[in-house]
Amino acid sequence: MFGAGGGTSSYREVGETDVILLWGSNARETHPIFFHHVLRALERGARLYAIDPRATPSTRWATRHLAPQLGSDIALANAVAHVLIDEGLIDETFIRRATIGFEALRTAVADASPERTEPVTGVPAPLVRELARDYGRAERAMICWTLGITEHHDAVDNVLSLINLALLTGHVGKWGSGLNPLRGQNNVQGGGDAGALPHKLPGFQDVEDDAVRARFEQAWGASIPPKKGLHLTDQLHAMERGALRALYCLGENPAQSEADAGRVRRLLRGLDHLVVQDLFLTKTAELAHVVLPAAASLGESEGTVTNSERRVQRLRRAISPPAGARDDLWIVCELSKRLGRDLGEPVAERVWDELRALSPMHRGMSYARLEALGGIQWPCPDESHAGTPLLHDRLWAQPREGPPAPFHVLEAEPPAEPLSDDYPLRLTTGRRLDDYNTGVQSRAFPSPRRRAEETIDLAPSALARFGVREGERVIVRSRRGAVEAPVRADPGLPPGLAFLTLHRPEQVDTNLLTIEATDPRAGTAEFKAAAVRIERIAPRPPAEAGE
Amino acid sequence: MAHDGGLVPLRRKVQLTIDGAHVTATEGQTILDVARSLGLDVPTLCFAPNLSPANACRLCVVELEGARTLVPSCARLVEPGMVVTTDSPRVRDARRMVLELLAATVDMQATPRFAEWCARYGARVDRFGAPEARAVVDDNALFVRDYAKCMLCYKCVEACGDDAQHTFAIAVAGRGAHATIATELDTPLPDSACVFCGNCVGVCPTAALQFRAEHELRAAGSWDETKQTRTDTVCPYCGVGCVLTLHVQDDRIVKVTSPSDSAVTHGQLCVKGRFGFEYLGRR
Amino acid sequence: MDLKPIDAIPTDDERAAVDHVLAARPPTRDLLLPVLRAIQARVGWISKGALAHACARLHVPPAEAWGVATFYHLLATEPSPRRVLHVCDDVACRARGSAQIAESLAKGASRDDAAWKRSPCLGQCERAPAALLVQAGAPPIERAIGPIDAAIAREAIDGAPPTTPASSGVHQPRESLRLLARVGVVDPESLDDYRAHGGFSALRRAHELGAAWVIREVTDAKLLGRGGAGFPAGRKWAAVAQQPTSTRYVVCNADESEPGTFKDRVLLEEDPFAIVEAIAIAAFAVSAARAFVYVRGEYPLAAARVEHAIAAARRRGLLGDLPIEVRRGAGAYVCGEETALLESLEGRRGEPRSKPPFPVERGLFAAPTVINNVETLAAALLVVRDGAEAFTAIGTAESAGPRLFCLSGDVAHPGVYEAPMGLPLRALIELAGGATQGIAGVLLGGAAGTFVGPDELDLRLTFEDTRRAGTTLGSGVVVVFRDGTDFGAVLHGLAGFFRHESCGQCVPCRVGTAKLDELLARVRAGAPDGSWDDERARLRDLGHVLREASICGLGQSAASAVESAARRFAIWPDVGKREEDR
Ligand SMILES: Cc1cc2nc3c(=O)[nH]c(=O)nc-3n(C[C@H](O)[C@H](O)[C@H](O)COP(=O)(O)O)c2cc1C
Ligand code: SF4
Ligand code: SF4
Ligand code: SF4
Ligand code: FES
Ligand code: FES
Repeated sequence: MFGAGGGTSSYREVGETDVILLWGSNARETHPIFFHHVLRALERGARLYAIDPRATPSTRWATRHLAPQLGSDIALANAVAHVLIDEGLIDETFIRRATIGFEALRTAVADASPERTEPVTGVPAPLVRELARDYGRAERAMICWTLGITEHHDAVDNVLSLINLALLTGHVGKWGSGLNPLRGQNNVQGGGDAGALPHKLPGFQDVEDDAVRARFEQAWGASIPPKKGLHLTDQLHAMERGALRALYCLGENPAQSEADAGRVRRLLRGLDHLVVQDLFLTKTAELAHVVLPAAASLGESEGTVTNSERRVQRLRRAISPPAGARDDLWIVCELSKRLGRDLGEPVAERVWDELRALSPMHRGMSYARLEALGGIQWPCPDESHAGTPLLHDRLWAQPREGPPAPFHVLEAEPPAEPLSDDYPLRLTTGRRLDDYNTGVQSRAFPSPRRRAEETIDLAPSALARFGVREGERVIVRSRRGAVEAPVRADPGLPPGLAFLTLHRPEQVDTNLLTIEATDPRAGTAEFKAAAVRIERIAPRPPAEAGE
Repeated sequence: MAHDGGLVPLRRKVQLTIDGAHVTATEGQTILDVARSLGLDVPTLCFAPNLSPANACRLCVVELEGARTLVPSCARLVEPGMVVTTDSPRVRDARRMVLELLAATVDMQATPRFAEWCARYGARVDRFGAPEARAVVDDNALFVRDYAKCMLCYKCVEACGDDAQHTFAIAVAGRGAHATIATELDTPLPDSACVFCGNCVGVCPTAALQFRAEHELRAAGSWDETKQTRTDTVCPYCGVGCVLTLHVQDDRIVKVTSPSDSAVTHGQLCVKGRFGFEYLGRR
Repeated sequence: MDLKPIDAIPTDDERAAVDHVLAARPPTRDLLLPVLRAIQARVGWISKGALAHACARLHVPPAEAWGVATFYHLLATEPSPRRVLHVCDDVACRARGSAQIAESLAKGASRDDAAWKRSPCLGQCERAPAALLVQAGAPPIERAIGPIDAAIAREAIDGAPPTTPASSGVHQPRESLRLLARVGVVDPESLDDYRAHGGFSALRRAHELGAAWVIREVTDAKLLGRGGAGFPAGRKWAAVAQQPTSTRYVVCNADESEPGTFKDRVLLEEDPFAIVEAIAIAAFAVSAARAFVYVRGEYPLAAARVEHAIAAARRRGLLGDLPIEVRRGAGAYVCGEETALLESLEGRRGEPRSKPPFPVERGLFAAPTVINNVETLAAALLVVRDGAEAFTAIGTAESAGPRLFCLSGDVAHPGVYEAPMGLPLRALIELAGGATQGIAGVLLGGAAGTFVGPDELDLRLTFEDTRRAGTTLGSGVVVVFRDGTDFGAVLHGLAGFFRHESCGQCVPCRVGTAKLDELLARVRAGAPDGSWDDERARLRDLGHVLREASICGLGQSAASAVESAARRFAIWPDVGKREEDR
């Protein structure tokens, strides 16, 4: 949050809190074991507010379900902030001691009453007030979110708007109160920890900070480019300009997983040299000049990953990888050796110890301690430290430690791609319980619940509007591409919203439709809000015409 | 910076006597907790550390001074001044009978330690007859249900229900000797509410519930736990970061569980973590 | 909850049955049993579509609802005829020839629209052999009939309109009666009549003297529970009143299913206002928010009378704002066990809970709960009306007050008798006109009780005397067996009862009762598994594990009658005389 990027609370706190705002997340299906902690809270009598345009298995557990218009999260958060301030539900002492920028926020949301924002958000004002009152009055309260918040072109603003709510009420840095992004993939957090971000060195240390860089340069005996690098979306732009000509792609399948996939494939094809290191011959690997078969992280590799509560845990090897596949670490070291630089033995623990030496927040996490303690939550500055279940209690220290936490004034922005007469339907994407991303891994196990065919899900009323029937195959078209899929009616969807997953690109190549409108700060594309239309494939045969 | 207060209210200390030893326990602990902390080997079948006490098998009974009957150590909370005996003749007789009654009605052969306990308590497994055969329920690709081995410990129901998964796909149906674990109207699992988390399989003490690989290996006579390794690693899917224990036999994953003391999982997994490893073999 | 609905459509009748129960109230889980009962009453069985609708309305997971529906034996989960005659083949009825009736029915032709079933004790033992006719429909017919013979049973199955049995009445001098004083005297459907006989004066007195006074008085009266366990009622009330909470409940245990017991039925049917008044007093004493009367499913008349009494008293404003609700069981003896009853009230399977915590601490919906037997409440009413002293003047120092006994079997006038605690067993039998023939033995306390021999008839009927004699008063059951009784058959019947009624939760009881039943079948057949010494060892071991390791009183007492009989009667084929004499 304010500082290193990671959730502030432990899962255990989620189970012990009183109010949970689950914002833009279908955690029951996408983070099932996190949701067990939510269920523990509900068993204890906690109240759950689910904020999601769709009715999902998660919203069915909610005390209240708020269904905002897609992309109106900031407006909704501002309305909540308005009620908190207007009804005196804020923690003034905390605001005074631990934050800056309150007055600006107060002014900015002065007019954002739930009644006035209702036309934008579509959420009935009394519901917004109820949520705000419950959140404001609770002794402990949590906000948790997933991709519904971050897969938008204004992802960072969305998050900041939620942080505002926690700062207004002091619901952060206390046991049972916090702000928690749920990571979509098992090591998104750990990749960031380890410096797999264009602007960070391991431990979230700024690459443009000369002192930081100097330390790393000394340890590595090499010079580090002083400017931050490119994140994936920038890389695509650079390819477009011809500035980026070669790509080494590890364990990613951008040809299917990135928004506006048609464009991505074209760009990848245009590279001078593409190296793909993966478990499978993915769509991306098919475009590569060189493919390096890799061992899987599951059961075939040693290392660590970091989860959404900042817990670093050990990966351990239990079986042999298939013949010819090599550990990622071995491949990188070998590559480096052949490029003229010996990085030493490819031993995971050695690499980890190097990271610990350079990253203060990881320093206390030896393999032995990770083993003994069942993982450790960062920061863990030394080997006598038990790790940090709860972040930012510094804000409550007297006097406060560290810099104050800033409020942010945020303008509500509609989705980047407006609806039009030609493309009158919002398309949003998501996951289902038994599948994962592009399905490369999850497809292999025979899930009894997996549908035979990927469907385009529409509200029942939308079927009539587009003159289609359940089960009928239709074309879903956006300004970027088109896919074909059978229609399924989902009563959980509002009339203007269509839903697809990314799970089976071999059937429905969803990312041909999505828009590459990216938040410049986060580098995440707006998977959650494209404009599309539904086209019937064949004109109605005469026999049906009279129906 | 560390902060691990939690909401656990301050717990009082409780003095009691177990097998003649004076011990100080903490309020909220069970007799079983304390007995085990003393190294006493109290046998249990329906108890699991990550589920609420089902209190069904009654194998864990102990003698409590002043109580009319034996008490279940897994469910009974410690109280000041308790005097407990964990291995008196009265206790041993009851345990022997529980074992004999189970052996007479349930196929307990795949239950860890069952034979050892029978020997310890002198249980004669054939004294009350032999269990009836029952067809294996094989209705989905991921696991099978061999209810001839079901001792009705309730653990699967608790794991599927409000102790963990909250899916409520299975419950106890029927009454008395006719009680079984069932979906509504014995609907096949794929048509029931089941989400195939396998949490029921993970807690089953008798191998009535078996993952497909285990079932096939057992059928072929090649299931061999002495040849298996267990390795903890982390699930490759979403960002919750569940600990997976990979059970490996002959370089092949034959079962996936999670440690019941993991702060992330409490021993529970979702369908992807539990079953989503097959891609490893598809290369 | 993210429940998956059952994919099936209810019929109009099924839908109407469910919706009628939920018409004027929020659909809460505890209404599951009333809803399932309503479907059963309307249609005669619970189909997939009906279950689907019940689950959808109540948000109950289908698997759990199925678990509940299959728990109660009055609920059918397979297509069943609309009309069913439940023929009692339990201990008192068998003593009066029910086995022959069943035999004759078994030989008769079967019909599509009607059937008969064997039933555990119907609580009509004074009318033995008894039966219960149930016919689904709107409205349904539910009627106890007895005494029956094979012809009457056949006619009932064939659809002859059932005759209402004669009122139970009282067969002893009225002057001495307190608990039964109004039985057969007042019109059970007239509040005015009840008031004319002093009704609602005790409640008025309670209000005048205050809750603390009531609890003190009930405590001083040394009133011990009449449901079987004999726990001091005053202590129970005080414990609930003391709990730091705002929600408390009172539950009247009218599940009376102990074979041979029917006293509560007589009170509920003949003096229902008294029970309602007593519940109001208990609720006042402990500041309960709500009260329930859990009436066993086989007592349609009792349930109707109490419901009527509640409504009449409410209309007159006598109950203040206390909601009292009648809930009906659906055929499960174990639901008389207090915690199983609470589970059943909450809409779950009637599986007893692990105690502690006791209901006084964590009862209905986890709130402190007073749960008392019908007769206990009736006795508490006397205490409040006449004072503790008047109560303790009756009976002995340790067993105060009058008590009801249910006499059945081979006595001249089966029925409910009121006697002061301390009356010798022989005198009680005399009160009922004496035995019809020489007495071979007496079952005291019901199926969960013990047998006494003809040489033990001087036993004084108190808690302390029976305890000393290794027997029990239980729920006041006294079943007399004449010379020549085939105790092998009687014991096999009792074992079958427990096997049928075990909830199945704990291993000792679920398996132990079945093995006990099998053992007694072998005894009866004279075909031991191994030697008779092996069988005796098995009985000893079964008795031990049932008593010591079962969760609840059902399993704990399942072998007690058999064990007591083995001690007194010649049950072993290889031993011609009593074990004691050997
Ligand atoms: C298997 C079993 C069945 C019981 N049935 C009844 C019953 O039908 N009615 C009753 O009042 N108590 C019954 N009891 C006793 C109750 O558990 C409880 O002790 C009683 O309702 C308390 O009320 P009391 O103190 O007024 O007797 C039963 C107990 C057991 C173990
Ligand atoms: S797999 Fe999961 S959902 Fe299915 S029955 Fe087992 S515990 Fe329940
Ligand atoms: S299936 Fe296994 S876990 Fe479930 S009740 Fe039976 S023995 Fe227990
Ligand atoms: S003793 Fe019998 S009735 Fe009681 S809980 Fe155990 S199985 Fe159920
Ligand atoms: S382990 Fe305690 S009752 Fe089963
Ligand atoms: S009614 Fe038949 S034994 Fe009671």
